[in-house]
Amino acid sequence: MSNPTDDRLCCDIIEVKGLNKWYGEFHALKNIDLTVKEGEIIVICGPSGSGKSTLIRCINFLEKFQEGSITVDGTELTDDVKKIRQVRSEVSMVFQHFNLFPHLSIIDNLTLAPIWVHNETKQQAKEKALTLLDRVGIKDQAEKYPNQLSGGQQQRVAIARALCTSPKIMLFDEPTSALDPEMISEVLDVMIELAKEGITMLCVTHEMGFAKKVADRVIFMDEGQVIEQNTPDKFFENPESERLQLFLDQILTN
Amino acid sequence: MAVYPLKETKKAPQSQTKVILWLKDNLFSSTSNVLLTLVALYLIYLILPPILNWTIFDANFDLTADNQSCGREGACWAFIYDNFKMFIYGFYPQEELWRIDTMFGLIVVLIMFGSWIKKSQYRMHYIIGAFLIYPIAAFFLLYGGLGLEVVGTDKWGGLTLTIVVAAVGIVASFPLGILFALGRQSEMRIVKFISVVYIEFVRGVPLITILFMASVVLPLFFSVGMDFDKLLRALIGITMFQTAYIAEVVRGGLQAIPKGQYEAADAAGLNFLQKTTLVILPQALKISIPNIVGSFIALFKDTTLILIIGLYDMLAIVGAATSNPSWLGRNSEGYVFVAMVLWVILYSMSHYSKKLEVRFSTEHKN
Repeated sequence: MSNPTDDRLCCDIIEVKGLNKWYGEFHALKNIDLTVKEGEIIVICGPSGSGKSTLIRCINFLEKFQEGSITVDGTELTDDVKKIRQVRSEVSMVFQHFNLFPHLSIIDNLTLAPIWVHNETKQQAKEKALTLLDRVGIKDQAEKYPNQLSGGQQQRVAIARALCTSPKIMLFDEPTSALDPEMISEVLDVMIELAKEGITMLCVTHEMGFAKKVADRVIFMDEGQVIEQNTPDKFFENPESERLQLFLDQILTN
Repeated sequence: MAVYPLKETKKAPQSQTKVILWLKDNLFSSTSNVLLTLVALYLIYLILPPILNWTIFDANFDLTADNQSCGREGACWAFIYDNFKMFIYGFYPQEELWRIDTMFGLIVVLIMFGSWIKKSQYRMHYIIGAFLIYPIAAFFLLYGGLGLEVVGTDKWGGLTLTIVVAAVGIVASFPLGILFALGRQSEMRIVKFISVVYIEFVRGVPLITILFMASVVLPLFFSVGMDFDKLLRALIGITMFQTAYIAEVVRGGLQAIPKGQYEAADAAGLNFLQKTTLVILPQALKISIPNIVGSFIALFKDTTLILIIGLYDMLAIVGAATSNPSWLGRNSEGYVFVAMVLWVILYSMSHYSKKLEVRFSTEHKN
């Protein structure tokens, strides 16, 4: 496994070793090894049911796994609640269906975790939240409720919420799949901005334009395994495995 | 190929007047609808006039009348007037009635003050404080102690008792019900098992049975001579009963919360208590408001069952008042009066629940 070398990528921040996961009898992840360096931008793609979402959901322990180990920033994930919370305080996630809290205003959605998990004062949290909302371009909606916003706006709020806890790692689980076509770019733009700032990102997405533009590495998964990984150039120009060629043909021709 | 210009928006056509349109749409839209309307009108014609005659036109409103001079063709409202205090206060001593008035007055004052400081940052403190202190104050006012003469619960009755039983049942069963609902969803097997057994057991038993058990069986568990209060036993029984129902209603709300909400709360690093109280319960309870209030309304009506174990709630007072030789046979007046009082209270509850729903609705605003 050869990681691309880059000056700004120095230390391993995520280490996945021999990861196996079953849903009942179904073998969802087969012996996954993956190392992510600090600041690296990784795009994971593959057909549905290939285990790509399951993989990133294992990294913040939304999914339990049966074999193997995951170490995030020096903390190995086990059933220990303290360790899980330690990892979750450094890893934020953006979901396909946004999962904003509908009973809270936008600003309260953003300040919830900083206040209750990171013990910030209301004032601190609010200031930071407004700065982040400004960054994703929806500061003027701070007092509204999630269901008053469009899908694209909601997903940008979700990204701002994820950033509010100053995470080292951001996980994106198909962030644009539930959006109307005309709203995809406003979310991708925010993600591209984010990628330039050096935060570690793992994105499950089929937005190949995004992958070409910002990814350091693209990973192709199928049937619970990593089939191929490479720099975006080589990944799209010279796919080695037949399955990746087929997959790229399918998504790029339409 | 062609390009089409955008069209202007127009108002919907309005030809007939609103009233006629409404009648046509709602009452006479089809043959079967016309028939139903006519049948309904006929039924109203049959039922309404006798009711109005008895309660108003043939009724005797002379409040000084007695049972003989009142006449038999219509209602005799002097009966209600004469027994009004008993309907409201039961057998509470005359000279201590101010304590009940104070108790009810206090709650009005508390609510008014609460809505006056709506914007204050200390509002939450005030509400929690009021919820903790008021029941204690109400207890001492009603029961006595701290220099007030003790009035035994056997003297409590009427609307006061109805409200006390319903209020204690509601306030005590609400948090307990939430706990059992969470328990039933718990991943801890033993907690889940206990919750399921409790809920299913209590729901499978009629309230009357529980009241009898609380009244007859419960004392068997305590040592001889430790006779504890009949009302207290009834309150325990009613709270037990209501807890199970609230638990099921809240569980319904919990199940309606999408998995993504739990995941978002988990991913943010919230612990179980924070996730439950800050994210899940507010949403689950909001969805459950109509059913929770419905359940409370049912409880309020069920409080009338306590007359079976010898407590004189408002309904039982009718029996007590008409067994007085000077008002023999005036049960109808009593029951109509009680029904009206209960209806006003229960309708207010359900109306309030609708207002709560609107106030808490942040979903589907557009």
